[in-house]
Amino acid sequence: MDVKIKNIRKEFARFPALHDLSLDIASGELIALLGPSGSGKTTLLRLIAGLEQPTEGKIFFGDQDASLKSVQERNIGFVFQHYALFRHMTVAENIAFGLKVRPSATRPPKAEIRRRVSELLDMVQLSGLEKRYPTQLSGGQRQRVALARAMAIEPSVLLLDEPFGALDAKVRKELRRWLREFHDRTGHTTVFVTHDQEEALELADRVVVMSQGRIEQVGSADDVYDRPGSPFVFSFIGESAELPVTLSSGQIIFQGHPIGAAEPGEGEGKLFFRPQDVVLTDEQDALFGKVTACRRLAGTRIAEIDIANHGHAYHVEIEVPLDAPVTLGAELRFRPTRWKVFLATQ
Amino acid sequence: MSETASRYRDPAGETAFWRVILTLIAVAFLGIVVVLPLVTVFYEAFRKGSDAFFEAFQEPDAIAAIRLTLTVAAIAVPLNLVFGVAAAWAVAKFEFRGKTFLVTLIDLPFSISPVISGLVYVLLFGAQSYLGPILKSQGIQIIFALPGMVLATIFVTFPFIARELIPLMEEQGTGDEEAALSLGASGWQTFWYVTLPNVKWGLLYGVLLCNARAMGEFGAVSVVSGHVRGLTETMPLHIEILYNEYNFAAAFAVATLLALLALVTLALKTILELRYGDEIAAGRKH
Repeated sequence: MDVKIKNIRKEFARFPALHDLSLDIASGELIALLGPSGSGKTTLLRLIAGLEQPTEGKIFFGDQDASLKSVQERNIGFVFQHYALFRHMTVAENIAFGLKVRPSATRPPKAEIRRRVSELLDMVQLSGLEKRYPTQLSGGQRQRVALARAMAIEPSVLLLDEPFGALDAKVRKELRRWLREFHDRTGHTTVFVTHDQEEALELADRVVVMSQGRIEQVGSADDVYDRPGSPFVFSFIGESAELPVTLSSGQIIFQGHPIGAAEPGEGEGKLFFRPQDVVLTDEQDALFGKVTACRRLAGTRIAEIDIANHGHAYHVEIEVPLDAPVTLGAELRFRPTRWKVFLATQ
Repeated sequence: MSETASRYRDPAGETAFWRVILTLIAVAFLGIVVVLPLVTVFYEAFRKGSDAFFEAFQEPDAIAAIRLTLTVAAIAVPLNLVFGVAAAWAVAKFEFRGKTFLVTLIDLPFSISPVISGLVYVLLFGAQSYLGPILKSQGIQIIFALPGMVLATIFVTFPFIARELIPLMEEQGTGDEEAALSLGASGWQTFWYVTLPNVKWGLLYGVLLCNARAMGEFGAVSVVSGHVRGLTETMPLHIEILYNEYNFAAAFAVATLLALLALVTLALKTILELRYGDEIAAGRKH
């Protein structure tokens, strides 16, 4: 089912958490809400679920105005960050809960519930553990029980809050791949919240980058990484260097000195580039600074450079070829090959 | 090597000498203040033989006192159970104005002398009050009757269950409830299937303490009871009267019942703490 979020605003005790935010989620899409803590991503997820009420705005599930419905009526599957499994119930009872609490008119018969539970356990690869209690499971197993429990009610939308946040790195990677397959198999519209950009970029069809209660950019992994729409997105996603520059007569000027990169426009702005998008050069028009540290990172070498000029030191990291003569304290000249300038007025 | 080892002392520990002395002081204190009186109760009760002991329970007044005590507890404890769960639920799971005030209010009976709490009801419902004559004209008597004693008992014991549950529920947060709601459960189903099972041992612990106090309450009940023998006397009041009449054997015999209740409560409490310590520990702050 497709989800439309229209001009949502949310305040907590007069403190704004989300400012006038709109988002369209297509049916069957896997969407990541990515942002630092406090960016409002969890609030947005809880608003979609109906666990919070918006101060203003509407949320549509298909053509239906879901903002008028309670959390029970929305028929969503919510997987909580710490799973919120019922500790006094077995795995099977946890999964059956959503079916068991239905009014008798729509509640499936007991045998049917049992069949569904074992089907779901099979789907999350936990068959044989139905009699266990949540405390007797590993983190990854609990996560999958929580998912099976949410799927049991055949939700129209699946919502996951930091689904891999509480797991160790190895399990996290496995489950990530598993969730992608699970989504492709079941085809549910899925929204998950994460602060881990690697997770968001790898897993999601589209990434919604959020900051301070606003959506900064919505796009595919390629979009947000290669074509960041705002200074925040550029610095938040991946590694980047940031320098204050001036645009003048088609050139980027850094502290009165052209850096050998052409850019139309006039005025003050911020130059962003990625560590790997630079080339060492002997030309006069370039960025230059002292190498303060150098470290080997798998197949590449990262040089840390202090661009000291007029008393203020800017610290940037760039990738240099392994065979480049880079020595500590030496001066290095380089130019960005791909970059983006955000003018201050933008 | 051995010399340096022997000189080492646990920085937070005491020497053997002080350990023994401190332990002895503690044990002696406990013996004099707790164990000795308890033993005395049983000793005095059986001093004139077991016949005299059992005779004390044949007496109609004693039977009436036991029945009244059980009645008062049977009304007060369930009411406080409902109140305590409702108050803890409201305080722990919702944000509202005046929450701190409500928590302070719940603690009030702990800080007020029970005699005062009894007196308040006499002033509210007694013959000299505004409400008393009105109620009396309707044929309702509160003071010097069962309703007054139940009210006084409820007042004195109402913090026990709420106080036990509030920290426990606060610690558990609202995650489980939200999960249940998102799965389509109604508010009542969420409470019944999720919230209540999560606090059941803490709740039982609170009920035990509440019950022990309800049956043993003297001060507040004494003020509102009017001491009508065989009618408005609970066990603690009956014991006092027997004692004042120099009927020691009977007084101590009835006292053994209360003491036994205390011992049973203690035993159950210990079992609960041993088995479900983690869950109860959150609430053991008062």
